[in-house]
Amino acid sequence: MKKFLAGLLTFLFVFSTMVAFAADTIKIGFNIPLTGDIPKVGEASKFAAEMLKEDINSKGGLEVGGKKYKLEFIYEDNESKAESAVSAALKLIERDQVLAIIGPNSSKQAVPAGQVCNDNRTPMISPWSTNPDTTKDRPWVFRAAFLDPFQGPVAVNFASKTFKAKKAAVLFALDNDYSKGLAEIFKSEWEKKHGPGTVVAFETYASKDQDFSAQLTKIIAAKPDFIFLPDNYNEVALIVKQAHDLGWNGPFMGSDAWGSAELMNLCGNDCVGHYFSTHYAAAGATGATKEFIDRYTAKYGYVPDDVAALTWDATRLVLQAIQDAGKITGNVRKDRKAIRDALANIKEFKGITGTMKFDEQGDPIKCAVVVRISEKGEFLFTESVCP
Amino acid sequence: MRRFTVPLLVLLLFGVLIGLAYYDKLDLYVQSVLMFMGINIIFGSSLNIVNGYMGEFSCGHAGFMAVGAYVSSVLSVLFFAQDKVFGAPLLPPEYAIYGFPIIVIIAFIAAALTGLLVALPSFKTRGDYLAIITIAANYIIITTIINLDFIGGPRGFMGMKSVIFAMEDVAFLPWMLIWVYIFTILSIWAIYRFVSSTYGKGIIAIHQDEVAAEIMSVNTNKMKLIAFMFSSGLAGVAGALFAHVLGYVNPNSFNILKSTEGLVMVYLGGMGSLSGSVLAAILFTFLLELLRPLQIIKWVVIPLLLIILMQFRPEGIMGNRELSDIFPRLRKFYQFK
Repeated sequence: MKKFLAGLLTFLFVFSTMVAFAADTIKIGFNIPLTGDIPKVGEASKFAAEMLKEDINSKGGLEVGGKKYKLEFIYEDNESKAESAVSAALKLIERDQVLAIIGPNSSKQAVPAGQVCNDNRTPMISPWSTNPDTTKDRPWVFRAAFLDPFQGPVAVNFASKTFKAKKAAVLFALDNDYSKGLAEIFKSEWEKKHGPGTVVAFETYASKDQDFSAQLTKIIAAKPDFIFLPDNYNEVALIVKQAHDLGWNGPFMGSDAWGSAELMNLCGNDCVGHYFSTHYAAAGATGATKEFIDRYTAKYGYVPDDVAALTWDATRLVLQAIQDAGKITGNVRKDRKAIRDALANIKEFKGITGTMKFDEQGDPIKCAVVVRISEKGEFLFTESVCP
Repeated sequence: MRRFTVPLLVLLLFGVLIGLAYYDKLDLYVQSVLMFMGINIIFGSSLNIVNGYMGEFSCGHAGFMAVGAYVSSVLSVLFFAQDKVFGAPLLPPEYAIYGFPIIVIIAFIAAALTGLLVALPSFKTRGDYLAIITIAANYIIITTIINLDFIGGPRGFMGMKSVIFAMEDVAFLPWMLIWVYIFTILSIWAIYRFVSSTYGKGIIAIHQDEVAAEIMSVNTNKMKLIAFMFSSGLAGVAGALFAHVLGYVNPNSFNILKSTEGLVMVYLGGMGSLSGSVLAAILFTFLLELLRPLQIIKWVVIPLLLIILMQFRPEGIMGNRELSDIFPRLRKFYQFK
C-alpha cells in the first residue's frame, strides 16, 4: 500500500512538472464541463478547439513577432461544478502556467472561476456564460456571447414587426436563472413599447416539469398574438406540442437555448415555422461560418451548435490578442498582461458568430441572429438584429 | 507526554502549512485542494454522526450546508462589504478577522435550527422514511433560496471575496486556509468529544437497539434531536467555509449530488468511524484531483473503485473502528482527547 501511494505521488509529481516546461509553445487552458450535467457542451468546446489547434499547428504554429509557436491546449474537466471550476482554473494558472483560459461555459462556474482569474491576473474568456456578474468589474474577464438582456429587445422588435403582434404571452421556468431573467426583460421591454398590460399572460413552471396544460390553457384563454418561450430545448419541445394539442395555432418565439441539434428530434413537425434568436445560424451560413460548419460536420459527424462556434471565436480572439501583443517574452506574468491589454483593445474581430468588439466591461458588442425552423428541420437565417 | 502529541502535531502541521503558503512555496492550486479537503472532512464526518453513529439514513445533508453557506455569506457581506443590495458595510471591514469566526458560528446555529425543523416531525419515522423526508428537505431549502430574489435567487450570491481581501489588508496571511484548518480541527475534536462522552454514547446505543437504550435511561427522542442538530450545524460550518473559499454561492451547488458525495465519504470511510470519514474525505478529494487528467474516464474509474471496495470491504476502509483500534501500538504515542 505504501509503495503504491508513493508510486502515485511520484506519478503525480512527474506528470505535473513534465507539462510545465516546453519551449516555443503557447499554452492555453480550457476549463470545460467534460462530465457532469452538460457533457455535450464540454465536448463541443473541446472538438472546436482541437480543430483550430490542428489547423494552426499543421501550418507550423502561430506566428508571433516573426517567430512560430506551436499551440498547446490543456483541457481541464470542471465536472459542471462550481468548486471544481475554481480548482481547475487555479491548476491551469499555477501549475500549467497557461497564458489565457477559455471557459467555463455555464454561469454557475464562470462567475467563481472569473473571480479566480481576475485575482490571479490571467485573461479569461467565457464562450457561453450570460450572467452579467461574470465580467462585471473584472478587467481580466471577457465573454464571447451577448448578454441575456440583449435578446429581450431583439425578440420584442422582431415579433412586433414580423407577427404584427400587439399582445404577448410568456411561459418560463421560475428556477432557471436564464429563463427567468430573459422573461422579465422581455416583459418590461414589451410593455415599454406597447403599453402596460400588453403582456397578457406571464406564466411559470419548474424545470423538469412534463405537463404544461394548466399554464397553456390560461395563456390561450388570454388570446395573445404570440407566445414567448425563453426556455431550454427539451421543455420547448413539450410545450409546443401540448399547446398545439390545446388548439393553439399562433406563432412561438424563442431564445438561444432552443438552438440544440436535439430540438428537432424531440419536437418534430410541431416546431416547424417558429422563430428564435441565437448566436449564429448553421443553415444558410456563408463564408468562414459555412467553412467551419462543413468541416466540423465532416470531422465529428454532427452540425456544431452555438457553443462550438463561440468556443472557436473565443479561442481565435485569444490567439488574435497574442499576435497583437507582438511578442512572447517567456515571462508569464508580463505576457498575460500584454494579452489582456490586447484583448481589451481589439477594434473589430470578424468571428464566425458575427463581428464583435469588447465594451469596457469585457462584454462583446455583436449582432444577434433570428432563425426560422424550416420544414427540413434546419435553422434558417432570417434576420440579423444589431444593438 | 502522550497527551501532547496530537496537539503538537496539529500545531506543527498548521505552522508548516501556513508558512509554506505565506512564502509562496505552496501554490494556490494546492491550497484550494487542501481547503476543499478540509471542507469535505467537516461535511463527511458530520454526516457520519447521523448515518454512522446513530444508524439513521439522512440524504439531504447538502441542504444544511446551503443554509450555512447563505447565512454566513449574507452576514459577512452585510457587515463587512459594500454590496448593491445591502449597501455600505455596517462595520468597518478591518473587523472582518474577528467577525468571521462569529459568522461561522452563527451559520452553525442557523443550520442546526433548520436541522431541528426537519428533525422534529421526521423522527417519528425511521429508515427509508427519514431518507425521503431529508431528500425533500434538501429540495425545499434549495427551492426557497432560488425564490429569494434579494440574495440573487438562481443567479447566486457573491461579494464574500472582498471580505477576504479586507482580512488580507489587515494582515497578509492565507486567511481562508487558516480558517478552514482551524474549523476542521475544531469540528473533528468536537465530534470526537461528543461521541465518546457518556452522554453522546447514547447515540451509539440508539444505533444498537433503540428500545434497550430507552430502558437504560437514554432519552432517545432528545438524543436523536441533538445528534441531528449537531450534525446539520457542522454541515452549516462546512457550507460557510465553502462559500468564502469560492467567494460565490449558487443554490445548485448544494443539490442532491452534493448530498450523495457526503454519503460516499461516510460509507467509504466506514460508518461510525471518525478517522474513517476523515480519511475517506481526504482520499475522495485527492482522487478527484489525481484522476483529473483522465477526463471522462475519471467517472468510470472512481465508481469502479467504489464498487471494488464495497465488494471486498463492505464495511468501508475503517469499519466502525478508529485508527487506534487498528494499530493498537499507536496508543503508546498518542491520546486523543
